[in-house]
Amino acid sequence: MDTSILINFFYIVSAIFFIYGIKMLGSAATARKGNRVSAIGMLIAVVVTLIDREVFDSWIWIVTGIGIGSVIGIVAAKKVEMTSMPELVALFNGFGGLASLFVGWAEFQKVVDSKAEALGALSFASLDNFTASAIFLAVFIGGITFTGSVYAWGKLSGKISGQAKVFGGQKAFNLIITLGILVAGILYAAAPNGDYAFALFIAFVVLSLILGIFGVMPIGGGDMPVVISLLNSCSGLAACAAGFVIQNNVLIVAGCLVGASGLILTIIMCKAMNRTLANVLFSGFGATAQSTGGKQEGEMKAISGEDAYYVLEAASSVVFVPGYGMAVAQAQHAVKELGEILEENGAEVRYAIHPVAGRMPGHMNVLLAEADVPYEQLSEMDDVNPIMSTVDVAIVIGANDVVNPAAGEDPSSPIYGMPIIKVFEAKTVFALKRGQGAGFSGLVNQLFFRENTRMLYGDAKATVTDLVAQFKE
Amino acid sequence: MDIILLLFIFTLAAFLGTELIAKVPSQLHTPLMSGSNAISGITIVGALLATMQNPDGTLAMILGFAALIMATINVVGGYLVTDRMLGMFKKKGGK
Repeated sequence: MDTSILINFFYIVSAIFFIYGIKMLGSAATARKGNRVSAIGMLIAVVVTLIDREVFDSWIWIVTGIGIGSVIGIVAAKKVEMTSMPELVALFNGFGGLASLFVGWAEFQKVVDSKAEALGALSFASLDNFTASAIFLAVFIGGITFTGSVYAWGKLSGKISGQAKVFGGQKAFNLIITLGILVAGILYAAAPNGDYAFALFIAFVVLSLILGIFGVMPIGGGDMPVVISLLNSCSGLAACAAGFVIQNNVLIVAGCLVGASGLILTIIMCKAMNRTLANVLFSGFGATAQSTGGKQEGEMKAISGEDAYYVLEAASSVVFVPGYGMAVAQAQHAVKELGEILEENGAEVRYAIHPVAGRMPGHMNVLLAEADVPYEQLSEMDDVNPIMSTVDVAIVIGANDVVNPAAGEDPSSPIYGMPIIKVFEAKTVFALKRGQGAGFSGLVNQLFFRENTRMLYGDAKATVTDLVAQFKE
Repeated sequence: MDIILLLFIFTLAAFLGTELIAKVPSQLHTPLMSGSNAISGITIVGALLATMQNPDGTLAMILGFAALIMATINVVGGYLVTDRMLGMFKKKGGK
């Protein structure tokens, strides 16, 4: 009793570190320290847990588990390219979900095992309805998070096609699975020690894993920032549910913080696309959108690198609009170099970043930070749009939907109503693009057909490097 | 612990989290996500308990061990990669 109070006291201390760490993440100046404060909170929680129990029997397992996990974690953290952060975060979401699923299952299994042992004896461990409900939630949310994240990772890394996959009866199929999970869960929670508990448990484990895959399947590649944020939230909620299973306050607080964080990011992403979460999750966006590609006026006009150089040389105000294409081409360092040269040439240089540019929230900021672009040059969409008509050259690097004027003008467009960076208002637009095809989302971009738009075809990095070379001559 | 108390903690934490995270600027959203990956690794506490409390070789203990590996990857990998990323942001201050 005395030790349990002391232990819980340290869990509270650990929770304070998490909260303070996230608070410090509120500004770039203190963010790194905040992350370390949060890490100390984690260390306290782990050490206290180890001291609390008699570790003697299983210390070898503890050391092995932490050892394996640490090696994988260290290698992943050191090796990952900044361009691949979305994939890494997707995988971490998945691991978090799976860990919570296992913790919930272990608690369930403990009771099953003790039941088998105590066969014939008078008493055995049993679960109350509340704990059983928490086990169900931990397994359900954890399961969806795991397979959903692995599927999202596959899409992000190109192992699975990024296109939304839609098949007939998909919504009905997902609905039936969801109902199946809920029915199995409720029946299980109502009678956690009944004869069918094991069968019901297995049923909702399997169905949750299936739902994760089929839930992410109809979501197109362009909507990945929403999916990753939502799965991030789910991984936290799963940890939270696991906290209810083992009745531990630090799991509940920490899981809840992550759940809130992911949810807020999800809402921000949805707003930036002017869509509801339901629309993102269920509409199969991108799979049926090609129809608007037909009625383009004008044609795409290409420009040579040399002509582009002359235009840039004369420009006094330049805005870069980066998108996922910049990450794919690893062009951020070349872009930063071009930006510096343009500044030396007397131009005012800005980087305009759309909230959903890239494959996860804030992705472009990290890439440009990696390339040492000064903080003050990064502008948000709402700050840069009012001055866009005074800009001489807007350079679009691998961005697509976020600069598509159809969002403001074509009510039949699937992205109609989405706030965009209005590069079409700039005097000249250079669009860097690998080929003539539609973008990741499958939509044709009307910007490319505008009178003031010039296409610079080719690999973005090679194109930018070429421009830099011409300035140096 | 009392169920109501746990739910009470949950509710307060939800409001607190919403308040805190709404203040994080969009520049820091990627580190926020990888950092919260690490925090969601708090399941490591549950994993440790499951590994330690259950007899060697039982399925419950093996599940705990598997959870321990997963949660440790999140904790260690999440904090390290966030630190690496935020280090890049910091360089700008020196310029």
